Amino acid sequence: MTFLTYLTSGLGLGSVYAIIALGYTMVYGIAKMLNFAHGDVIMVGAYIAFYSTSSFGLPAWLSVIVAMAFCTLLGIIIERLAYKPLRGATSLAVLITAIGVSYFLQNAALLAWGSAPKVFTSLFAKIESFKFFDGQLVISPETIFTVLACIIIMLVLTFFTAKTKMGKSMRAVSEDNGAAQLMGINVNSTISMTFAIGSALAAVAGVLLCSSYPTLMPTTGAMPGIKAFTAAVFGGIGSIPGAMIGGLVLGIIEIFARAYVSTELSDAIVFGVLIIVLLVKPTGLLGKKIHEKV
Amino acid sequence: MSKKILAVDDINVYYGAIHAVKGISFEVTEGDIVTLIGANGAGKSTTLQTISGLLRSKTGSITFLDENITKLAPHKILQRGLAQVPEGRRIFLQMTVQENLEMGAFTQPSSTIAGNLEMIFEQFPRLLERRKQIAGTLSGGEQQMLAMGRALMSNPKLLMLDEPSMGLAPILVEQIFDIIKNLNKAGTTILLVEQNAQMALSVANKAYVLETGKIILSGTGEELAKSEQVKKAYLGN
Repeated sequence: MTFLTYLTSGLGLGSVYAIIALGYTMVYGIAKMLNFAHGDVIMVGAYIAFYSTSSFGLPAWLSVIVAMAFCTLLGIIIERLAYKPLRGATSLAVLITAIGVSYFLQNAALLAWGSAPKVFTSLFAKIESFKFFDGQLVISPETIFTVLACIIIMLVLTFFTAKTKMGKSMRAVSEDNGAAQLMGINVNSTISMTFAIGSALAAVAGVLLCSSYPTLMPTTGAMPGIKAFTAAVFGGIGSIPGAMIGGLVLGIIEIFARAYVSTELSDAIVFGVLIIVLLVKPTGLLGKKIHEKV
Repeated sequence: MSKKILAVDDINVYYGAIHAVKGISFEVTEGDIVTLIGANGAGKSTTLQTISGLLRSKTGSITFLDENITKLAPHKILQRGLAQVPEGRRIFLQMTVQENLEMGAFTQPSSTIAGNLEMIFEQFPRLLERRKQIAGTLSGGEQQMLAMGRALMSNPKLLMLDEPSMGLAPILVEQIFDIIKNLNKAGTTILLVEQNAQMALSVANKAYVLETGKIILSGTGEELAKSEQVKKAYLGN
């Protein structure tokens, strides 16, 4: 039974990673850049939700929507101000800018909300835990709803990219930016759209993460951000199902490593597995080989 | 005299320090097939990419249907009715044939898409057979047809083709050129970039020869096909 308990909490954590990894992978797919500030957007989303409920007394569900709206706007603004001027610059310049944006967000949060950790009230505080097998297996509502949210997001995104005109144009830009422009697709607005979606998902991830792990400080998003980036690479960066699978696998490995090996070593084990996967399959689990035209 | 559809006036394009196009000027008359021929690296593709807005010229202007499009974004240039079939086809290999065609119609109102698809499938029956197939699984000739069909989905007034014969067997090259002639007869003006000078000159009303970024010769297709200089350099006899 303890095994199942660990498995479910691994799935819960993995779902959060998956939702964050989707933001990384979509932005990478469309803009061909690693947005290292993505983790910090999660933190901002969690703070917005926190203050929406604690200072303005909004109901939990509304606080999530406020956080999503705020982060969507934040994502678009970050892209406009920090990344768009660098379109066509070397990828190193973009990467360093992204790290700069990450520190900017952390320090802005420090200035605005202070360094003292806030205790985040779970979205699902009023819901009782689910008990199975005569109470031997207890699953928290946080875990259940996080996994559910992850599944719903996955289904919606899959439908969006497969069936809608906007989604198809995103796939076209991701595959061949230049050819997409020749089709009349406005690449700038496609990139904005991608940042908007990724950042809205980051807000959801932030709220879910802090519902399960309630300590909220300006650095809260940094480590999950790095882990989710790892998950995206693990699953094959640029691939939406890859990000999903990568996130889930990473979450489960992390919880198992913590439970059965040691808490201190869990991160080392997670990254060790990543290294092994990349040695065997350099493009990640579902990554496609990119044929460079010579 | 018929109307000028495209006028390129003194464009200079650089890749970093490399001066790829050096003051090229030429015109395309409505209803014509105009070709730019020349060896690899002469600046033909660079010229087309500049007209499409993917590259920028440091000088001069590009006028399409009496509008200065020199500084327009690529998606706006397409909306004006100027489409390009890029070198190497560059179809979306991971999307289906039909999705590729739909992308070609990105700027078109959705009411016209079904009709356009029908027209494309009539012109390229192979694409109809393979409409649900992933484009990456098509043969080279089929991919070229898809790339052309995709560009036609935007109802272009001027279609620019960059090396449509590249990498194709002779029989397929003939087929592609037949299609080009038919498109032209049906009213589409064509700007054709080719290394296969013989084929290109045989269909062109007007031709320009490019060498290291400059136009060194121009004339009707027939004139150039007879020119000693062209024969020696490009026709291999």
